[in-house]
Amino acid sequence: MIDIVINITLLAFLAITSVAIVRMTNLFAIVMLFGIFSLLSAGLFVVMDAPDVAFTEAAVGAGISTVLMLATLALVRRPQKPFYAEAPSSHRAWLPLIVVAITASALVYGTRDIPGFGAPGAPAQTHVARYYIENALPETGVPNIVTAVLASYRGFDTLGEVTVIFTAAVAVLLLIGGRRPKSPVKTKDEGKQDEA
Amino acid sequence: MRPNLILHVVAKFVIPLIILFALYVQFHGDFGPGGGFQAGVIFSTAFILYSLVFGLDTAEKIIPSHWLRILAALGVVIYAGVGVVSLLLGGNYLDYTLLGSNQIAGQHLGILLVELGVGITVAAAMLILFFAFAGRGRD
Repeated sequence: MIDIVINITLLAFLAITSVAIVRMTNLFAIVMLFGIFSLLSAGLFVVMDAPDVAFTEAAVGAGISTVLMLATLALVRRPQKPFYAEAPSSHRAWLPLIVVAITASALVYGTRDIPGFGAPGAPAQTHVARYYIENALPETGVPNIVTAVLASYRGFDTLGEVTVIFTAAVAVLLLIGGRRPKSPVKTKDEGKQDEA
Repeated sequence: MRPNLILHVVAKFVIPLIILFALYVQFHGDFGPGGGFQAGVIFSTAFILYSLVFGLDTAEKIIPSHWLRILAALGVVIYAGVGVVSLLLGGNYLDYTLLGSNQIAGQHLGILLVELGVGITVAAAMLILFFAFAGRGRD
């Protein structure tokens, strides 16, 4: 019962935050609201008994990415004014409304086939999950099944993930890392050499 | 940077706790929620908080950026190295069973080392990202 109340409260806050993000034009405030959105999602994951995911969401979504976005905002230093004073009137509002309504009804229709949360007959529980739950502790001696799957059973996947993170760091370093080179002001001699 | 007494005192109080929590998440990930990814991110937030409060130059004195590049590669090397060691011991790649005296000990050691590699790479990569973005506007 209390779970339902917490779920509804968190989801309502998520909806309010997203509406606020859509309607806001101040980029600084939007970044802050993104952080709040991530924190609320982390709370939702905790309610769904996924503390590992909640950890990541709170640390990466609410912490690091907010800081990175703020750093980017400080970097571009544009006046954060909206491009349009109001939405352009070249298209009518009903067209996107119809698209959203059709998509939403399709999604809601799709949820009718989704098995209930934690239902024992759900495909997620009947495939390999049973093997992990029964064998993870005797085979690896690690009580946290998530860690056992992540580091041992799916070690190859995790190696790939770590390599992706390393590659991302290398890519960022290549793109914007290091000191910015001095602006290429040519001395008189060099300019003459270029002409020649 | 404008000195701000309250921020400085609070940050000095909080940063050791964040690092301690990161180490707990790292090495207790076998038993509780957490692991290398989360621990690495939490670890890097301690240094990001430090550089936000005390300035980027002070933070780069603590962790020079060339160290970070070495550390980011070192984590991947540790991870892949565990696989190579298990290969040399006669097992499959990333099969930790042969690392210890029995299967449980081997798996435990392998998971610990692999998570350590993940944590080092993630922490270093996050700090590289932050320093790259935050250091871009200066100089």
